[in-house]
Amino acid sequence: MKMYVKFDFNTLCKKILDEKLREHGLKYRLLNFGEVEFYESLTQEQHITFKKNLEDYGIEIIENQKAALVQKIKDAIVELISSEEGISVKASIYISEKLNHSYGYLSNLFSEITHTSIENFLIIRKIEFAKEFIISKKLSFTEIAYRLNYSSVAHLSTQFKNTTGMTPSQFQKIIALRRKFSHTNEQYLKAV
Amino acid sequence: MIKDYLNIILVEEDEGKRIFFENIFKDSKIAIRANVLHHIQSALQLLAEEDIPVPEILWISKDLIEKCASEFLSEIKEDIKFNNMILVIYSDNFKNEDKDEFLVKGANIVMELPDNYNDMKKIVNEIIAINWQYHTSGFNRNNFIMKL
Repeated sequence: MKMYVKFDFNTLCKKILDEKLREHGLKYRLLNFGEVEFYESLTQEQHITFKKNLEDYGIEIIENQKAALVQKIKDAIVELISSEEGISVKASIYISEKLNHSYGYLSNLFSEITHTSIENFLIIRKIEFAKEFIISKKLSFTEIAYRLNYSSVAHLSTQFKNTTGMTPSQFQKIIALRRKFSHTNEQYLKAV
Repeated sequence: MIKDYLNIILVEEDEGKRIFFENIFKDSKIAIRANVLHHIQSALQLLAEEDIPVPEILWISKDLIEKCASEFLSEIKEDIKFNNMILVIYSDNFKNEDKDEFLVKGANIVMELPDNYNDMKKIVNEIIAINWQYHTSGFNRNNFIMKL
């Protein structure tokens, strides 16, 4: 038997972080996603142990200030896309106001560190959300287009095709066949 | 810790194509550590070794796995060690239905190999760039399929 699950990475990571901070007996408060404020400074030993412990969960402490700011940009993009009410402001204004830096500065920094532009990352991230929605089958393509702030299904479809080389329906079909194939293959391997 | 480079294994028997790929990897703005192999057996042997890092991308010519595609893909996909590895299959003579079949059987990316270096460079760099985003931003690799 197989079961497919969908992760809410934000909730998952926040919960793990919260649990680990408690386990280590640290006095803290969680600020925005991915940001922790400590009430007392950590000793070097505490820092090393805590960092090592988080690594087991694929969570990395960002030591570099530029990398930390890039991560905040990525988080702001996720927040912008995943907001169910829909945020009507332009991404550049939203990010710039949220992080209190000029968009030009953030844009250059982002390209320098990630080798892609904020605009391109935004598209890739939106397509990732679209994929999750398509797979969960909870929303129609029209609803997905609306939810992700595309002007029409055709617009979503074109951007999806430009990014993945296939339309949303082709993607849906291949993922369904892939699961079926993987299941059949597993049954076959069990039988031999 | 997230690495600041990508590990790639490329398997290609044609020397000319190998040189093209190697030059593109060398010029990539994203740092690449490439292991370029000539035969599928060498790739399988290397991947079976315990102490080598699992590459982020395995780039393999369709011609090398054509006769044993299902077995090869099953072997790779069944092993939990390769869960995060992106499998790219390329060819200069892909039919569209072949592309779909490879994706269904477990490949992540199917790539039509262009007949000139500049187009090839563009498409290979596109694949490297999107993989870099998956690598550094923690995207869900189970949903990562692409046709180029």
